[in-house]
Amino acid sequence: MKPPPFTYRRAASIDEAVALLASDEVDAKVLAGGQSLTPMLNLRLTRPELLVDVGRLPGLRYIRRGDDGLHVGALTRHDQFEHYPAPLDGFDVLREAAPLIGHHPIRTRGTIGGSLAHGDGSAEWCILAVLLDATITAVSGRGSRIIEADGFFEGLFTTTLEPDELIVDIHFPRPRQHAALEEFARRHGDFAVVAAAVAFDVEHERVTDPRIVLGGVATTPVRCRAAEAVLDGESPTDDAFEAAGRAVADEIEPPGDLHAPPEVRRRMADRLVRRALRRAADANREGVSHAG
Amino acid sequence: MQDDETLDVMVNGVSHQVTVPARRTLADLLRDDLGLTGTHLGCEHGVCGACTVLVDGEAVRACLVFAPQVDGAEVTTVEGLAGDDDRLSALQAAFSEERALQCGYCTPGFLMLAEDHLRRSGSSDEGEVRTHVSSNLCRCTGYAGIVDAVCSAAQQRMCPVSDGAS
Ligand SMILES: Cc1cc2nc3c(=O)[nH]c(=O)nc-3n(C[C@H](O)[C@H](O)[C@H](O)COP(=O)(O)OP(=O)(O)OC[C@H]3O[C@@H](n4cnc5c(N)ncnc54)[C@H](O)[C@@H]3O)c2cc1C
Ligand code: FES
Ligand code: FES
Repeated sequence: MKPPPFTYRRAASIDEAVALLASDEVDAKVLAGGQSLTPMLNLRLTRPELLVDVGRLPGLRYIRRGDDGLHVGALTRHDQFEHYPAPLDGFDVLREAAPLIGHHPIRTRGTIGGSLAHGDGSAEWCILAVLLDATITAVSGRGSRIIEADGFFEGLFTTTLEPDELIVDIHFPRPRQHAALEEFARRHGDFAVVAAAVAFDVEHERVTDPRIVLGGVATTPVRCRAAEAVLDGESPTDDAFEAAGRAVADEIEPPGDLHAPPEVRRRMADRLVRRALRRAADANREGVSHAG
Repeated sequence: MQDDETLDVMVNGVSHQVTVPARRTLADLLRDDLGLTGTHLGCEHGVCGACTVLVDGEAVRACLVFAPQVDGAEVTTVEGLAGDDDRLSALQAAFSEERALQCGYCTPGFLMLAEDHLRRSGSSDEGEVRTHVSSNLCRCTGYAGIVDAVCSAAQQRMCPVSDGAS
């Protein structure tokens, strides 16, 4: 249970980090909070030759609400959302979900950029990035590029990020009137067996532009487009929410494992989607909501 | 390919300069290089919390931090809790009084986790304490004693008892 040997470099600037990652000679990996990478190293599931510690890079730890939505620095820790002192108008689902990520000593170090790059299909940040149409800015020796979260997650712990790219910023462009995340985990702090996140706006008493994203039902977060279509244009009532939950159950193909067989996951998805939609509808997004 | 790293770290108020392989975890640095074996290792991959220590005042898993990452930091371990005269802190005394340990393997981790709670929120609300201590595993006590001990220590902090234990 000891990690394999590696060379360690602490990057003092983004440029230095990018230069270290760009080397063709060594297999380098970014080290941010270390709360996913270090377990994998200790279990010897990965053997990079070089760890580029970006943990102390200045200027990548911020939560900034502006006219163009919300910008979050890649090194922003989970607990910074949890303790964010003001409402995030339209993005509060991020604050509400943060305490569900692991345990306090994980949240004091783990970062949003690390979570997205790690790409666990039931990770709260991965689900919410897809839910809120986030874009991810990554830099490398070739310049910077903006990647849509929807499509970023390719498979088991696999994303479209290149090995030499460093995530620097996550942009959540659009506030939502109603959003919520519900999950079932065996114990508080465990990865969710199934997680359901929903977002929608209401115009003239009709649901507009709904998003329904599930975690724990595939190797990546899954956007349920058929269920979104069921909800689109309906009035935000229990009937519509139940129909959406049923549509999700029809749409997903969850795997079975020792935590739950496919049928259990399907039922959980149905119920969690209904619950999330109800809570999202009830929450008064003008004020602070600590539900969940 | 592997280089040694030299780092400065303050542990329980004492500063140290050490040169260790980069892959040395903070837990092994404390135990093997500094001889502070109070910090225990259970799973070594972040699940059990036995290795919990404070880094710059915040609870972290010492098995998930590499030594070079604490260069310049202040670390507090279970050895740093008792007073100069080795008198138990109020939290440690509460663990003893409430039977919050049996074999004691998990105890240093729970103490540091609880110390973080007392310093930060300090709430004696049982629900909050339960959520906080759910971070760590204990295979002996069934947790009730641990929750009672943390609640009791939190209450004492809010209204200290007359002997002035801190
Ligand atoms: C006991 C335990 C329980 C947990 N429970 C949960 C949970 O319930 N939900 C959840 O979502 N997570 C959970 N986690 C994982 C945790 O949230 C991690 O913090 C997160 O997955 C990774 O973030 P990190 O900063 O620690 O990244 P690291 O571990 O440092 O890195 C993870 C990966 O991302 C890469 N990387 C990191 N930062 C960048 C960057 N800026 N650009 C490019 N690549 C980068 C690394 O190279 C590595 O491949 C848990 C972890 C533990 C140990
Ligand atoms: S030994 Fe560190 S969490 Fe188990
Ligand atoms: S007292 Fe034995 S594991 Fe907790």
